Amino acid sequence: MGVEQNLGFLTVSVNKAVNWARRNSVWPATFGLACCAIEMMASTNSRYDLARFGSEAFRASPRQADLMIVAGRVSKKMAPVLRRIYDQMPEPKWVISMGDCASCGGVFNNYAILQGVDQIVPVDIYVPGCPPNPDALIYAINQLQKKIDREHFGDRR
Amino acid sequence: MATTLSGGSVQPEILKDVAVPRGVTVESYEQSDESEIMVVNMGPQHPSTHGVLRLVLELDGETIRKATPHIGYLHTGLEKTMENLSYYKALVVTDREDYLSNLVNNLAYSLAVEKLLDVEVTPRARRLRLILNELERIASHLIWLGTHALDIGAMTIFFYTWRERDQILDLKEMMSGVRMMTSWICPGGLRGDVPEGWLYRAQKFVDNFPRKLDEYNRLLTKNPIWIERLTGIGKISAEDAIAWGMSGSSLRGSGVAWDVRKANPYTGYDEFEFDIPVGSNGDVYDRYLVRIEEMRQSIRILNQALKDVPSGPVMTSDRKIAPPPRAELDTSMESLIHHFKLFTEGYHPPVGEAYASCESGRGEKGYYVVSDGSSIPYRVKINGPSLKNLQALPKMVEGLYIADCVAIIGSIDIVLGDIDR
Amino acid sequence: MVDFDIRLGLSPADLTAREVQNKRPDDWKDLSADDDIELRLILENFPGQVVNSRLFRGEKTIWVKRDKIVAILTILRDNVETAFNFLSDLTAVDQLKVHAPSQERFEIVYNLYSMSTFKRLRVKAIVPEDDTTIDSVETVWPAANWLEREVYDLFGITFNNHSDLRRIQMPDDWIGHPLRKDYPMGGEQVEFSFNVRKS
Repeated sequence: MGVEQNLGFLTVSVNKAVNWARRNSVWPATFGLACCAIEMMASTNSRYDLARFGSEAFRASPRQADLMIVAGRVSKKMAPVLRRIYDQMPEPKWVISMGDCASCGGVFNNYAILQGVDQIVPVDIYVPGCPPNPDALIYAINQLQKKIDREHFGDRR
Repeated sequence: MATTLSGGSVQPEILKDVAVPRGVTVESYEQSDESEIMVVNMGPQHPSTHGVLRLVLELDGETIRKATPHIGYLHTGLEKTMENLSYYKALVVTDREDYLSNLVNNLAYSLAVEKLLDVEVTPRARRLRLILNELERIASHLIWLGTHALDIGAMTIFFYTWRERDQILDLKEMMSGVRMMTSWICPGGLRGDVPEGWLYRAQKFVDNFPRKLDEYNRLLTKNPIWIERLTGIGKISAEDAIAWGMSGSSLRGSGVAWDVRKANPYTGYDEFEFDIPVGSNGDVYDRYLVRIEEMRQSIRILNQALKDVPSGPVMTSDRKIAPPPRAELDTSMESLIHHFKLFTEGYHPPVGEAYASCESGRGEKGYYVVSDGSSIPYRVKINGPSLKNLQALPKMVEGLYIADCVAIIGSIDIVLGDIDR
Repeated sequence: MVDFDIRLGLSPADLTAREVQNKRPDDWKDLSADDDIELRLILENFPGQVVNSRLFRGEKTIWVKRDKIVAILTILRDNVETAFNFLSDLTAVDQLKVHAPSQERFEIVYNLYSMSTFKRLRVKAIVPEDDTTIDSVETVWPAANWLEREVYDLFGITFNNHSDLRRIQMPDDWIGHPLRKDYPMGGEQVEFSFNVRKS
């Protein structure tokens, strides 16, 4: 019951409104691990300003964040910590896997690195690059915003 | 299970690892300083630990009684990876190690391999390597300043310093196409020459930068809040610092005037005049002053180095090491064979070992390369300065507040990629 | 990762032939006790402990037995003329793939530096495979603490009298010592058409 049912015009407007609100205020959690974190920090600075897309505040606590940008290589020692941080984030939450190491293990195909963070958390957008240009990360956030537009708000409570 | 612990003072060890179960009355412990220890985890995910560093702090109120760093959350197995790649390919891995000063890592590795191969680089390559290193040092110190100030609370500096760093990254992009992981300094010289107009643009940056540095100075150095937060904490004496193996600006803040560029000069540093700034108290404020002055000295070196850059090739002419120019591949069979052998198999240094070190923003960055005569390094040990600098942290932090701990971690300027490798 | 040599199509005979011609360079020199203060110091105070010495590319290396390593390094640190007060690096090399039958498997490498003379020295202690223990030099330089923990973690060499010997880089419950030569590289197999995963 409730607004998850398709009430036609009403649900569509509410859906649009909710999606509009969600896409324009995506607050990332700081999960910078390695070199990609530097480019993530560069994307928040004055040249490639990420805040103009709504990511004004990078929250340190995952409980106040919507988006986890996994920026950097995830070692096997860090993997349980990453899963725990992901679990601590409240819904709705999205994951961007930034860089080659987070997407697929990158340059490091060895005993120590998790071959892709999608082995432990579901990923919405993959950003290739080593490290990706800040422009690429901004493009990824834009694509994520388009993805959020297509969602039904009842899927993610 | 109900147990009562009575009489005497409870030892902190009991409270350390085991949570006290329900039903336990912990009675009559003396309210001495040692009895109310709270163990707090400053976890691998934290905005102020400059990476994935985990600190287990034993707190008495807000005062730290003991701090134990736990590292390894970024362990990448770089050394094992390099044992499976040819010498040329292993260069790519070195960029990702101390990811704030990539070209310095490349240079240290290249110097070690060139020592093994016993090959000289051309004068132009030497000079360009020096210029790139100094630009990298400024970029690294700018990140240090930005993140350190951000931790203390001065957020404006974060945005200002990255503005300058973006200009240096523009120079790197103009040269190689990549902002950060260029891998441009390779054994034998440079991967390619700098384009036309690069030196002019670098000179323009060097002309404009001192003004920006004065701006940061005006904002921070005599600022009463900055001085209040930074002086008197994180002290380490010179003898302790040397015994703990600290190097770089953290060591120079304690009064030891040791810089690899002056002590064991490499890539042409002995041709230029510059000073080594040295602190006196060994606290966080001195390290801050040392690094600001180092940026000024880097500008001084760059001003001298950008004049009269020698012309000529940037790669050594030894064809067993240097790939031939692309145009020759169409005409000469021998060039084609050299190119093929170099990129599939690689060159074979003689059996032996070599150690070479450079001064990075953090300290003495060294590479110890062991060769067994094949085209793949047998063992590469990366001597990261941040590991030894961080080891001294528990000593520096005892008896201070958590906010001071954050300032001290910022001042020793660690990079977790350097520590965990 | 595919082996280079298999890709090039080289037979084992080709490989050994190529390696032999690159093996011993002519510029290995032995150190002599008359010229080198470090070697003389160790020979005078600890006779019988020096196994080998070499000067290669301007770098001095001295191989010693592992029994009196703490005393040897203390003397190198305290002597006024050598004054190696800075431990630059402490690491280990696993000689499994290159050692002759008479050589032992592990070498602990101490890269020493002197802040007063700006000179470097490399001291190597030899550790056999069946008894991988050696004394800890933490009392000589506190910097050795974490460096020895790393060697313990990645090579499995136990340091006697170490204050806190446990794993540092790998997770605490990891089995095996990754940087040994018989430990596999790990990672994922790259998917080609012959080994597509059916999932």
